Amino acid sequence: MEETNMDDCEHNRESEVAPALIAVHPTQKSVAVAVGSNLRVFNLQEGCSVSLVDNSGVHMHKDSIRAIQYGAEGKLFVSAGDDKLVKIWVTDSWRCISSVSSEKRVTAVAISNDGRFVSFADKFGVIYAVEIEGSHENQSVPNKKAVPILAHYCSIITSLEFSPDGRYIISADRDFKIRVSVFPEKPSDGAHEIQSFCLGHSEFVSCLAFICNQDSQQWYLLSGGGDSTVRLWDFTCGSLLDTCHVGETGLLQSKEGIDDRLLAVTDLCATPWGSLIAVAIQSLAGVMLLSCNLSAKSLHVARVVPIPGETFIPTSLAAASSSNQLWMVMGASTLCTSHSAPLACVKVLNGFCESNQDSVEHEARVLEDKDLPGSEQLLQTLQGSSFIEKDALSAAAEAVKTAMCNLLIKKQYPSENREFRKRGRNDKRVDKKK
Amino acid sequence: MGENHTHNKKTGLPRKRFYRARAHSNPLSDSHFPIPISPCEVDYSLHYPEVVKVDPCKRIEFADVGCGFGGLLIALAPLFPDNLMIGMELRDKVTEYVKERILGLRTTNSGQYQNISVVRTNSMKYIPNYFEKGQLKKMFFLFPDPHFKEKNHRRRVISPFLLDEYAYVLAVGGIIYTITDVEELGEWMKSCLEEHPMFEALTSEELEADQVVKLLSAATEEGQKVARNGGQTFRAVFRRIVTH
Ligand SMILES: C[S@@+](CC[C@H](N)C(=O)[O-])C[C@H]1O[C@@H](n2cnc3c(N)ncnc32)[C@H](O)[C@@H]1O
Repeated sequence: MEETNMDDCEHNRESEVAPALIAVHPTQKSVAVAVGSNLRVFNLQEGCSVSLVDNSGVHMHKDSIRAIQYGAEGKLFVSAGDDKLVKIWVTDSWRCISSVSSEKRVTAVAISNDGRFVSFADKFGVIYAVEIEGSHENQSVPNKKAVPILAHYCSIITSLEFSPDGRYIISADRDFKIRVSVFPEKPSDGAHEIQSFCLGHSEFVSCLAFICNQDSQQWYLLSGGGDSTVRLWDFTCGSLLDTCHVGETGLLQSKEGIDDRLLAVTDLCATPWGSLIAVAIQSLAGVMLLSCNLSAKSLHVARVVPIPGETFIPTSLAAASSSNQLWMVMGASTLCTSHSAPLACVKVLNGFCESNQDSVEHEARVLEDKDLPGSEQLLQTLQGSSFIEKDALSAAAEAVKTAMCNLLIKKQYPSENREFRKRGRNDKRVDKKK
Repeated sequence: MGENHTHNKKTGLPRKRFYRARAHSNPLSDSHFPIPISPCEVDYSLHYPEVVKVDPCKRIEFADVGCGFGGLLIALAPLFPDNLMIGMELRDKVTEYVKERILGLRTTNSGQYQNISVVRTNSMKYIPNYFEKGQLKKMFFLFPDPHFKEKNHRRRVISPFLLDEYAYVLAVGGIIYTITDVEELGEWMKSCLEEHPMFEALTSEELEADQVVKLLSAATEEGQKVARNGGQTFRAVFRRIVTH
């Protein structure tokens, strides 16, 4: 009886599919793709596939990876997910130096800017911190225990980020909420001080990104969500500066067969000064580009970049601040190619850099597979196959739409079913007490 | 209202027996009631129509969390006529009862009880949707559900994590009042508050001087029930302090 109660904030396991994720080293030394339990890394400097070395004494990921991230300096990398493991890697040798276990499945993960802490969120909305030691030595560190530092009351955390100035840890959830907490000197004492809440989304929040005003050097937050909006925030006071409704731009309406309910923003990636913001949308084959004018504090839609010839719906976006390439991946844990490795499809958009909108028109274009850095080898490594057939790709696109739907939209029980579930629970106990 | 059999004919007040509901609610289950997207979307003209006419900028300063049948709000209303107060209650029928009770009191006592109101909400999830940072002067948690089992402790309305949110909505110097007849829960609430860096206990002199403290055990329906049965109560009253 109690167990059913606990399920309320978790959702149905079976229907869950993990979308593929992508991350790029801050100076584009390497690129990582996670699909299902597979973690694939390609060394862009040397043009070769990376073999991961796990010295942590614990196995590789055994279940879907839900979050990956490079540290700000690129020395560290973290991966975590449904197998309740948070793996910390050093990127010079790609060794796993620590596997931190979580009691529950992990939904989001972040590395503090100074590289001293890893923070992660579990399925119950509790956020933990763990100190990383010895990341520079060649030794593995003992697998440490993480301490809980804050919690969103029973809501799944969808995104977790340290603010670029290192002062705050920002957590977004499926209940429309973004919480900005002061990251304490001693995280083991907890992150009690809430700086602000950024409230404005009317559906789940799915992604966060930061941009900086070049003149004032002040950082701002961007968020995307299930309400089909991208929002701009002054996160130190929680004020909403601008909202961009991606569905109302006219750019998507013209497309045939786009369902309004499938316009959830699934990922965001911005150039550092925010003049270009790439937006992945649940059912958009392509990527929408916004631009942000930080002195006017306003967001505008620049255009939609279609991905020619094929059905490519990115599930995750990434870019290195030092380069002008936007990396995109489409894939889901359940999609298998003939070799049974889960399928992921990687594309790169060139011309993703600070510039005015006009020049974007000329510059931003999707690279052909043969023009990718590392070309065939890169695809072989990250996609699991250097060539993906058209049929497989369109099947993938369909599966991705469903995957994103299941992942993001809260399970709604039919009302009858709800009543039944309720009755089965605690009324008996209540009657006894009366 | 006269024909409404759910209300007492003489007093115009709602009869409690028509508003019975399950005694305990599971705060984890998702319910369907409207939630303001942010504090600026709380409709004050709906809750405090008369006050808004005079001072449209006035904000809620007291919150009674898990207010039950509303006894505390009704006792506080005449004591703090200049402060707006809200009860937060999860159970639908109980909330309806309190709403009717307040409307009845407003009708029978012209000009009074304009400063109290109630919302149906899950306070454990949505406190920041109702109040801005530092907006509240007092928060009340009177006789909250005990959730005895260890693994259900995270459902308690006073918990180390939720105190972060209460510290956020309370002004520095604001006071959090808790009371229970369950000793174990009393200990729990006290130790959560003691261990939190943003709260400090009121001294016994301060407790003595605070007129509200006396209401904690006597003003609410639950408190009266405990008193009738001669039960003991356990109190913890703490102040929001500045962190260093
Ligand atoms: C035992 S009663 C006490 C009521 C009142 N404070 C009194 O002293 O008479 C606890 C109340 O808290 C309410 N409650 C429990 N969890 C809640 C939540 N998460 N949000 C709002 N109210 C809640 C219950 O519905 C119940 O009415």
